[in-house]
Amino acid sequence: MVLLVCFITNISLGSVFIPWLDTLSSLVGGTVEKESWRHIIIDYRLPKALTAIIVGSGLGVSGLLMQTLFRNPLAGPFVLGISSGASLGVALLILGSTAAGIGLSSFLISKWGLVIAASLGSVLVLFAVMLVSIKVRDTMAILIIGLMFGSITTAIVSVLSYFAPAEQLQQYIFWGFGSLGNLSWYDVMIFSGIFVLGILLAIMSIKPLNTLLLGENYARSLGLNIKTSRFLIILATGLLAGSVTAFAGPIAFIGLAVPHLTRQLFYTSNHKTLIPAVLLFGSIIMLICDTIAQLPSTEYTLPINAITSLIGAPVVIWLLVRKRKMLF
Amino acid sequence: MAADINLKLHEGELVGLVGANGIGKSTLLRTLSKVQPPLHGSVFLSDKEIREYKTVELASQLSVVLTEQIASKNLTVYELVALGRQPYTNWVGKMSEDDIEKVKAAIEVTHITELTSKRCFELSDGQLQKALIARAIAQDTPFIMLDEPTTHLDVYHKAYILKLLKRLAFETKKTILFSTHEIDFAIQLCDKMIVMNEEGFEFGRPKELIQCRAFSSLFPEDLILFDDKSGRYKVRG
Repeated sequence: MVLLVCFITNISLGSVFIPWLDTLSSLVGGTVEKESWRHIIIDYRLPKALTAIIVGSGLGVSGLLMQTLFRNPLAGPFVLGISSGASLGVALLILGSTAAGIGLSSFLISKWGLVIAASLGSVLVLFAVMLVSIKVRDTMAILIIGLMFGSITTAIVSVLSYFAPAEQLQQYIFWGFGSLGNLSWYDVMIFSGIFVLGILLAIMSIKPLNTLLLGENYARSLGLNIKTSRFLIILATGLLAGSVTAFAGPIAFIGLAVPHLTRQLFYTSNHKTLIPAVLLFGSIIMLICDTIAQLPSTEYTLPINAITSLIGAPVVIWLLVRKRKMLF
Repeated sequence: MAADINLKLHEGELVGLVGANGIGKSTLLRTLSKVQPPLHGSVFLSDKEIREYKTVELASQLSVVLTEQIASKNLTVYELVALGRQPYTNWVGKMSEDDIEKVKAAIEVTHITELTSKRCFELSDGQLQKALIARAIAQDTPFIMLDEPTTHLDVYHKAYILKLLKRLAFETKKTILFSTHEIDFAIQLCDKMIVMNEEGFEFGRPKELIQCRAFSSLFPEDLILFDDKSGRYKVRG
């Protein structure tokens, strides 16, 4: 219900003012005062709202999976280096092409170029993390290795940006702001396909995740195949976080905070409740953030990445200070 | 490290494992429970080599209570005990009537009924230990292994936990093996004991072990002496 209200509110807001009623009627296919309004709603705002839902719930679930897998409340897609992998891919494409002196055709720096680069980057880092996770038994070590991957990526990006011309740098920074718009229906379909696959894997991991709440040694004594479950969970995270970063840019805060907010609200650690709750919650919060991004002025849309952090971080701090306990 | 350990455990027995720090008690327990591979030699469980057990199979034969903390203390006691049924539930972890019955029985036999809705971080060390034992009971295995279940507990709760293990072994016909530093309590309560020392190990009934002076050789004799009559260590005057 809340989700539906957020969804409609989100769609009704934008740089062109469209009344609520017309928004609703263009959604259900009724008559609209201006035909251009319908075009804006159906081809621009609706895909954007759907993207917001997929981004929010995808990042939320991938954060939840990471936190349980590493039994660390600080874990999230960013910490594991998946997002930084995607950033590296994009940075290499945008900044590296000119730094290396290769004149790339405009197609490569188009949206699809970015998506492919980001996917490759995150898959690469994910693959590296998985290789390490087969060798290293200790999950804390994997977490630290993920952080190190992140640092390496950041370092390479800053070296690249030092040499890159201002134009390219600006393009990269804009990508870094994150964006929910710019996705066509075709993009949204591919995006949601990957999303559904990731969520299915997450649902398959519910039982292993609950067992892992006891710790790895207990989980093994309960008959859990640790390596298989770990692989499954990391794969699900990679699909979710990787595709989100590829299509919408690196969106901060959601992956870390949504699972915490959900745990506080539902007061449980059982993943049978948490996964659907995080799905719902992630989408609501992302829709709210996107709505806020459009609020201050009808002329511009604020960078979504800034909003998620500005709104979300204080909420988490407030919750933790109030409860004085990091539930896990 | 102790070498050449040969022993057989029977059902319904409470077996205490004692030895000085660093002698290899935990290593022995970890080897027996397949957490780590044997350095050499083999472990048999119901006439089958432990290496041949699949992880799920072993989970229905052997349950453990470890010294390590559980990762999520946000679980309620009921959820914690119910996780003991994981080897038997379906892919999403749904419990059958039988599972629920077993969980209930485990909660009753360990006397933690009034704690079931509490969260693990709200429990005292003694209560948490009882809940962890209940979880192992719920796993419904013929063999339970506990690594130092009495550490961090006061003397009353040490005795309480050991009495509980004694009663469980007797009532449920399970074989319970635990390591401990409470040698005097173990002597009073265990059916059999394993004493690990530098030269090797001694295995038998506590009284036999006292007679063959196994406890005297456990520690260097410059500070403490084992008193055969009281079954306790005394500080040298």
